[in-house]
Amino acid sequence: MSVFVHKHSRVIIQGFTGQHATFHAEEAMKNGTTVVGGVTPGKGGQEHLGLPVFDTVSQAVSETGADVAGIFVPPPFAADAIMEALEAGVGVAVVIADGIPVQDMVKVKRYAKDRNAVIIGPNTPGIITPDACKVGIMPSHIYTPGRIGVVSRSGTLNYEAVQQMSELGMGQSTSVGIGGDPVNGTDFVTVLRAFEEDAETDAVIMIGEIGGQQEVEAARWARDNMKKPVVGFIAGVSAPPGRRMGHAGAIISGQADTANAKMDMMEELGVHVVRNPALIGETAHRVFS
Amino acid sequence: MNIHEYQAKELLRSYGVPVPDGRVAHNVDNAATAAEELGGERWVVKAQIHAGGRGKGGGVKVASSIDEVRQYTNQMIGAQLVTPQTGAEGRLVQRVLVEQASNIEKEYYLGMVIDRASQRITVIASASGGMNIEEVAKETPERVIREAVDPAVGLMGFQCRKIAAKIGLRGKQIGEASKLMLALYRAFRDKDALLVEINPLAETGDGALIAVDAKISFDGNALYRHQDITELRDFDEEDSKEVEATGHGLNYIALDGNVGCIVNGAGLAMATMDAISFHKGKPANFLDVGGGASPEKVGNAFRIVLQDPNVKIILVNIFAGINRCDWIAEGLVQAMRDLEINVPIVVRLAGTNVELGAPILEQSGFPFIMADNLDDAATRVMTTLEASS
Repeated sequence: MSVFVHKHSRVIIQGFTGQHATFHAEEAMKNGTTVVGGVTPGKGGQEHLGLPVFDTVSQAVSETGADVAGIFVPPPFAADAIMEALEAGVGVAVVIADGIPVQDMVKVKRYAKDRNAVIIGPNTPGIITPDACKVGIMPSHIYTPGRIGVVSRSGTLNYEAVQQMSELGMGQSTSVGIGGDPVNGTDFVTVLRAFEEDAETDAVIMIGEIGGQQEVEAARWARDNMKKPVVGFIAGVSAPPGRRMGHAGAIISGQADTANAKMDMMEELGVHVVRNPALIGETAHRVFS
Repeated sequence: MNIHEYQAKELLRSYGVPVPDGRVAHNVDNAATAAEELGGERWVVKAQIHAGGRGKGGGVKVASSIDEVRQYTNQMIGAQLVTPQTGAEGRLVQRVLVEQASNIEKEYYLGMVIDRASQRITVIASASGGMNIEEVAKETPERVIREAVDPAVGLMGFQCRKIAAKIGLRGKQIGEASKLMLALYRAFRDKDALLVEINPLAETGDGALIAVDAKISFDGNALYRHQDITELRDFDEEDSKEVEATGHGLNYIALDGNVGCIVNGAGLAMATMDAISFHKGKPANFLDVGGGASPEKVGNAFRIVLQDPNVKIILVNIFAGINRCDWIAEGLVQAMRDLEINVPIVVRLAGTNVELGAPILEQSGFPFIMADNLDDAATRVMTTLEASS
């Protein structure tokens, strides 16, 4: 079934008529995604890409039966847009925006607490189940259907790993970008659990980076709960402490936050750790076959 | 974004957090006048730089006379202050904060952060103040109190009383500390802070509590809604190349190696540095050109990387998603024409339109060293460096 999004997913795009949203909605449709409409407040009733535009997410959901929202709204308005999607009852909200104030995300997380939805992102390339459903901005041509789950904080490093996999003939069940922010919608554990329960996933590649402990938590969870093998990498071995390396969440705030400390812990907990980012694909191929 | 201690204290004072009476001085005469105006018999002279650990570097001195205030100010202003956080070259001191010295009986720690585990604003407090809180947490974790704030209701009084009691405050101090914590929380919330640290929070002879030091970091992504905070930014405290890069929409961080890096995406930029390190090389910088890198952006990236005289070779690693390799290639060729580039350039292109990008570089006549993948790129960087040394 893949995880979170699949060939039966019905996707709406928030911020639909914007330039980026338009481009990526078209790309998604070319990759087999069922986009059923979009939301741009004030443009309800119009048509865009041959699909209906709505003023609110709840209208869009009740008219189209959408269950996934791709949110292409600028950072200052993103928190509001995520809450609107959750309130309208979508099951998966994918938030592309890079630069949402952290305290906005703290509120979003609280709002999401009693609502049964998955928030992917923010600051993510999105999520893709190749040739079935893509919600995001990743180049779909590098992904091929297969049985390996991929989960990462970084976008381009996700592409890098996927390319290395493709060269060795390994495809993806689903690739999830959980995003580079310190407070994000979905953590590694949630994605690992979904992959473990997914009949179409045999193994997982987990790509983290400096900052926080969620990769270590995920490795601990995997040791106690997973039968499927996990290959892991943490970016930032050469990063200096105290500096934000591009991503808001990529900062070494203490000893345990460093790439080496995290990789050592992950290894101890049974993850197949790759120390050289150029060998993620090769290591996965060796471990998984 | 970080601000100076004196700015942090002004902000906290406006929220009702008790801080010592003080004045900022830019020269010795100002400092002496400040001390006279403040009155009293003892003053603290504190160098104002963004780095912590100032006391260890001689940036915090207690003066018992106006002459001593002059003497310490004279030593600090214009000097490069070296602390455990500045690196060996230190940081130029341009101003000092002169304060009335507090009569400190006991020191506590009080901080607020956005805790990544609970994903909430979290109060951190300890009876072990005046020390590095990370070390306290490591050595004596039971002495570090954590209390997460439910964003639906904000920090509550009962939580403050609980924290106060746990760090050993008694009697009317409990109410006083609660008021202080609520004021701190309001400042944190209103101004989109990422971190507020009062270390130490001092208990004076009469049992009163006062913030003797203060540090605040703000969320750069929220500055669009805080003009007042944005104005507090001190560009002198930042690397000029990094400031210039930000102006061009690039994310640059200077490091101390000799391999310049130009990459798209933060994660891949880190991984590129890691791949170089894995091959025993040393990256000179982190640089993320971001999504939608135009030829102009690529040119600016080269300009900034080449300002670093240590750079002996440049690795360009682009995995085009929303970027296009042909566009990046045009930017590279343009940069070669416009700039005087005397170091070898290794290029690895992948992703969208790579079949169009590579021929542009090959047909340009410039000696780009083409790499097939990340490992090949790092290897070629090292062999080229060895061959030229």
